[in-house]
Amino acid sequence: MLKVNDINVYYGNIHALKGVSLDINQGEIVTLIGANGAGKSTLLKTLSGLLKPKTGEIVFEGEHVAGKVPQLIVKRGISQVPEGRRVFANMSVEENLELGAFLRKDKKGIQEDFEKIYQLFPRLLERKKQLSGTLSGGEQQMLAMGRALMARPRLLLLDEPSMGLAPLLVKTIFQIIEEINKTGTTILLVEQNANMALSIADRAYVIETGKIVASGLAEELSASDQIRKAYLGGH
Amino acid sequence: MEQLIQQLVNGISLGSIYALIALGYTMVYGIVKLINFAHGDVFMVGAFIGFYSITVLHLGFFPALLISMVACAIFGVLIERIAYKPLRNATRIAALITAIGVSLFIEYGTIYIRGAQPEAYPSNIVPLKSLEIFGVKISGQSILILAVSLCLMIILQFIVHKTKIGKAMRAVSHDQDAAKLMGINVNNTISATFAIGSALAGAAGVVFGMYYTKIEPLMGIIPGLKAFVAAVLGGIGIIPGAMAGGLLLGVIEALVSAAGGSLFRDAVAFVVLILILIFRPAGLFGKNVREKV
Repeated sequence: MLKVNDINVYYGNIHALKGVSLDINQGEIVTLIGANGAGKSTLLKTLSGLLKPKTGEIVFEGEHVAGKVPQLIVKRGISQVPEGRRVFANMSVEENLELGAFLRKDKKGIQEDFEKIYQLFPRLLERKKQLSGTLSGGEQQMLAMGRALMARPRLLLLDEPSMGLAPLLVKTIFQIIEEINKTGTTILLVEQNANMALSIADRAYVIETGKIVASGLAEELSASDQIRKAYLGGH
Repeated sequence: MEQLIQQLVNGISLGSIYALIALGYTMVYGIVKLINFAHGDVFMVGAFIGFYSITVLHLGFFPALLISMVACAIFGVLIERIAYKPLRNATRIAALITAIGVSLFIEYGTIYIRGAQPEAYPSNIVPLKSLEIFGVKISGQSILILAVSLCLMIILQFIVHKTKIGKAMRAVSHDQDAAKLMGINVNNTISATFAIGSALAGAAGVVFGMYYTKIEPLMGIIPGLKAFVAAVLGGIGIIPGAMAGGLLLGVIEALVSAAGGSLFRDAVAFVVLILILIFRPAGLFGKNVREKV
């Protein structure tokens, strides 16, 4: 479905991604784990078109999308839930969701998706008219996810959905991610919480200072000594 | 007493002109964090376009108003695309200096093209009767200005809150990258903001001409600065703030004139600016919003 081939991304002079390649197949949950500053968010920003790779290619469903504008990428079916949620705090929950469907014109489909999302996140329905800036962190995470789903993506990029949330809430969010995946949405999950991420993922990539250093089935990686030591706080 | 009410009405008319101009300042600031100092000159251009529409094309008030708004909208977008867009990622001071440059360019460009002589605005174009309520005489012009500004503000509120482009504008002003992730075209949204703000300035130019009956190429400077004060007074970036700030400033000015201080009229606006910057820098409607992380 998505093929990233040897991309190099720079922030000014900083070489943030050094020849990163990865594949995602239809229907999978793939997770990308790594420490702070390893380049996880940079990769997602590049996939969404917020950053342009200097070299390398990104192919989504047979189409080259590297360096294309975010608008086109959303249209093709890749949506992102950014790090730190980034909800539009000055707008209501409902308006945030509406903006998620910004490029869509099928009014009926949008209405259906509103209902689906309120079913998936009943809390959002309760707070429909509330300003999203007044929501709790967990609710904002739900809103950010719902907003991304309103674009009806085929590939959903999630950037640190567990950040700053209480453990119980993290569990709920991960359950919802699995549910979203079951309805046919492919998922790329970026996480620092490697334990949780590996527990729901099919496959995983490990990134360190801009390079992929390990990859494989999620179970295999969680069993590997090296990974346990570095990322799982393993003993 | 009657005198006082009379002055209040004058203040509100004048204030609604300030408000119309202030809206453009505040909307543009909200979305690109730039004080567009050329905005007062768009207002002047709007006044002249209205003037020529009436005198040369022999149009009525409302067609002239419309033409002026459309022309100013296009003019505003051109200014943004040519002068400000290349500086989107430059420092804010560079953009600010550019704005001052654009302002001077428009002022002296206008003088170069048509000369510096003032024109007398044809104020008898709309058959206006003055109204008498409880012994207070309200001029037809005041009513017209109020009606036009009120309509435009209602339309603006509708655009900003109910339409797709309005929602895109609010999204971009809050978080550009997040807006991009929704598939919003940020460049077009910024252009739309300049278009709407400039159209309002154009409308303000035409009603200003009707009210003061004299226009000239440097007429945009003082109302432009005062509208800027009004925008800061209400809280820059906040649309209802600009409306309230404009009206308030107009009323304050009128009352100071009524109290015999008409020589200080222009100074008052800047005293207000200094006071607001000292005591409530976020403006009357502004608050320091903290976001949850």
